[in-house]
Amino acid sequence: MKKINLSSTLNVFESLKAGEEVALSGVIYTARDQAHKRLTESIKGGKPLPITLKGAVIYYCGPTHTPKGRAIGSCGPTTSSRMDSFTPLLLARGLKGMIGKGNRAKEVREEIKKYKGVYFITYAGCGAFLAGHVKKSKVSAYRDLGPEAIMKLEVKDFPLIVAIDSRGKSIFKEQTFKK
Amino acid sequence: MRKIKAEKIAKAVTELVRQSSFFLRGDVLSALRRSYSSEKNPRAKKMLKAILDNASSARRKKLAICQDTGLPVVFMQIGQGVAVTGDLRSAINKGVKDGYKKYYLRDSIVIDPLERGKPGFSSCVLHTDIVKGDKIKLTLLPKGFGCENKSQLKMFKPTASIEEVKDFIVKVVKDAGPDACPPYVVGVGIGGTADHAGVMAKKALLRKISSGKSELERDLLKRINKIGIGPMGLGGENTALAVHIQTYPTHIAGLPVSVNISCHALRSASVTL
Repeated sequence: MKKINLSSTLNVFESLKAGEEVALSGVIYTARDQAHKRLTESIKGGKPLPITLKGAVIYYCGPTHTPKGRAIGSCGPTTSSRMDSFTPLLLARGLKGMIGKGNRAKEVREEIKKYKGVYFITYAGCGAFLAGHVKKSKVSAYRDLGPEAIMKLEVKDFPLIVAIDSRGKSIFKEQTFKK
Repeated sequence: MRKIKAEKIAKAVTELVRQSSFFLRGDVLSALRRSYSSEKNPRAKKMLKAILDNASSARRKKLAICQDTGLPVVFMQIGQGVAVTGDLRSAINKGVKDGYKKYYLRDSIVIDPLERGKPGFSSCVLHTDIVKGDKIKLTLLPKGFGCENKSQLKMFKPTASIEEVKDFIVKVVKDAGPDACPPYVVGVGIGGTADHAGVMAKKALLRKISSGKSELERDLLKRINKIGIGPMGLGGENTALAVHIQTYPTHIAGLPVSVNISCHALRSASVTL
């Protein structure tokens, strides 16, 4: 398993290969459906964004409430494909990494290649286990969205698998299931 | 006539919230353990290990098994010899709300499906059946929406073959692909009306996990586990833990088939009052 610390370098993202396992440490931001909608509306309307997208890693996650004495509640990934239509614009604005579950549209895979980003997946339906890898959490924007607010998370050795690498190679492509 | 106070029902529902959110159902846990032992693909095995570790983390740390604490679906079997004093529907919603708040679960419900707005805890979906006796059986199924989104209904012609029906059920699982947290439990409702088939598909998820009660269920499970989606969609032989089918008489002009998929975190809890 490759250890990556976001505070030191992002360049390493480009060397990652689909299927590789990664333990990620550093700052990531949660954002799911409604946050994506708002970010996109702001970009299109030329308004300032509440977070810096350049070099950012977004985690498709809406955690439960944080129980007393804990850093975060249950916090697993949500279905990434719902964010597909918003992703190309965010990549164009500098988004570097995405974390979620499940496959992405072909178009997203091509844009990931174009902008040399990475799409990771993590243990789906394992929010209690993943909570152990989050050291701090704080609402960063859109508090009115409740669990869909953008949260800043400080993660330590967060377990990931590279699902689509910066060359556009996907872990899902080789699967035998077809529609 | 036996009487039950609505407040008692509210408290019972709150307890069901606790049980279903922190403790994976025993039969689901056993099925996952069997999958873990039988899985030959090393990566799939690792995923199944993580799922089992997650269940023990949830239990130990009192954290929700999954952050998607679902849309609470409540099934009630009301004995015809029992009377509820007070407001039953409000009591159930209160019980759910109190539980979700008390146990730090997620506000995942928007009041207006079109306007959306800030999510909260209300309201649950309530299904009631009138049965014999003087008791009330309550079952809470917090249904995550990653898998609920993969539900499908098809109104077949009455002359459709069983093969066509089977192909459709397998296709629904293929369409879900890696997105909805496999290994899945596949609930199927066949017959009745469009709405009734949907309720049967959901109720089929409540049945204790088994490798198949009928030839049809066993055959479908075999076919689904050959697709190769595997745990978390990275390949393997465990795409589904079970296929559960419920049937009901239907009309000469039709054949409704509804499929409701559950993720591996199939949670539910029951109590009889």
